[in-house]
Amino acid sequence: MAEPAIAARNLSLVFGTNDGPVHALSDVNIDIAPGEFISLIGPSGCGKTTLLRVIADLEKPTGGEIRVNGVTPEEARLARDYGYVFQAPALFPWRTIEGNVMLPLQIMGLSKAERQERARKQLALVNLSGFERKFPWQLSGGMQQRASIARALAFEPKLLLMDEPFGALDEIVRDHLNEQLLKLWAATRKTVVFVTHSIPEAVFLSTRIVVMSPRPGRITDIVDCDLGPDRPLEIRETSEFLRIAQRVREGLRAGHSYEG
Amino acid sequence: MRASILPVLTVSAGIVVLWYLGAVWLNWQVVWDMQARAGNAPDFATMVSLTLSHARPLLPAPHQVLTETWNSLTGPPITSPRSLVNHAIVTLSAALAGFGLGSLAGVLLAVAIIHVRALERSLMPWIIASQAVPVLALAPIVIVALGALGMTGLMPKAIISAYLCFFPVAIGMVKGLAAPDALARDLLRTYSATPAQVFWTLRVPTSLPYLFAGLKVAVAAAVVGAIVAELPTGAQAGLGARLLAGSYFGQTLQIWSALTVAAVVSASLVGLLGLAERLVARRMGARA
Repeated sequence: MAEPAIAARNLSLVFGTNDGPVHALSDVNIDIAPGEFISLIGPSGCGKTTLLRVIADLEKPTGGEIRVNGVTPEEARLARDYGYVFQAPALFPWRTIEGNVMLPLQIMGLSKAERQERARKQLALVNLSGFERKFPWQLSGGMQQRASIARALAFEPKLLLMDEPFGALDEIVRDHLNEQLLKLWAATRKTVVFVTHSIPEAVFLSTRIVVMSPRPGRITDIVDCDLGPDRPLEIRETSEFLRIAQRVREGLRAGHSYEG
Repeated sequence: MRASILPVLTVSAGIVVLWYLGAVWLNWQVVWDMQARAGNAPDFATMVSLTLSHARPLLPAPHQVLTETWNSLTGPPITSPRSLVNHAIVTLSAALAGFGLGSLAGVLLAVAIIHVRALERSLMPWIIASQAVPVLALAPIVIVALGALGMTGLMPKAIISAYLCFFPVAIGMVKGLAAPDALARDLLRTYSATPAQVFWTLRVPTSLPYLFAGLKVAVAAAVVGAIVAELPTGAQAGLGARLLAGSYFGQTLQIWSALTVAAVVSASLVGLLGLAERLVARRMGARA
């Protein structure tokens, strides 16, 4: 078997707060294979974003072990092994769309010509060709988020980490971007870890769905989601889709029943 | 644009009217006494016209100030000590030198404070205390001390200007350089950006609006600083010297015309900075 893209063993993270310790992650174990599309789903406070941030070395775990592409998250970050898409587009308003996509490449120290070439390529991949010279405020929210995905892909990383990237968008735009993301994933075969709180979104996109629950943040279920690579939006009406969605919903409910 | 012109004109007209009324009222007694000594009993209309044309009024009328300002700007040759252009240039060069020095010091101070957080606690009280000292009291000490060291002319005045300038710039830049939000900093962390890269690609662009706000306050303060620095030594040239001479000899028109030029110089500098800010903002993709 190929080396896992992400491997977590007994991973835990405790935040010390004024109200005592908060167990953001507790005993998390997961292996993610290269090329998988994994969704982390769960209610607020279940640690799904924290887990993503640990993978990205934006948070340090307090216990357990985690490897990203076979190395520690910090080494992976320094090697620019992943692209991270935040909840908000976080485009720099003083840079053009092209300038924003070139930002990581500029930091990487690539030549201007190469930066431009790569930026154009990534913008074409998210259907934003022709918008290179626009400033972020001239684009709609969905287009801005697509630009931020292009920016995350600029390094051409093997791993794409996405933190509720479409959470702030309306449903029509979200459906559209979900379709585009699937195509992108099919075209690039990257490993994707995708945080969401939408069950249909998770089922539609993923190869596996990791169901999490809060207090302490932990994994309660991992649901295989084998709908095949070709997924038109209509697949959401099929019984297979609904069966998986039902299983995820039950997992979420079971997690909640621990609260007393 | 058109909608904003009416209120501006209304307020300006109101100020001019109040000014004229004030001139009549404040100069009335002096004029009346003079006329009485001469054995005249002028009627109301004559009195009003006399209060608005007095040579040494308590409060000169707007048209008197404008005429005097115009005459002393355009009348004497620029090299003459009676030329306001001459005085304005002397003050302006000291103010600009001080503005440059002070702004640079302010920015450097802010950069240091941002990078070494301990400096904020240790330096900030001194920075604030420095501005609590009245510059009018401090200027003579500095000018005399620097004079003893052989420093005269433009430099001591520029230092007083810089002393007033650095403060708004430093305060603005400390705020501006710390303005980037956690999301933007996280983003650059995912790129493993070095602190220098974070500084240039994120902190500096974010701080520019704060920088311009600070610079506008600073440039007006620079002119005040230069003028104040011209007072204690009884300087021969500069708007401050002109003010001082005017008050020695009771030449209120001279004082007011110097004040007018100082105000116009300050306003122009602030205006120029506003223009520069707009150009920078446009380059940085601000909405038109």
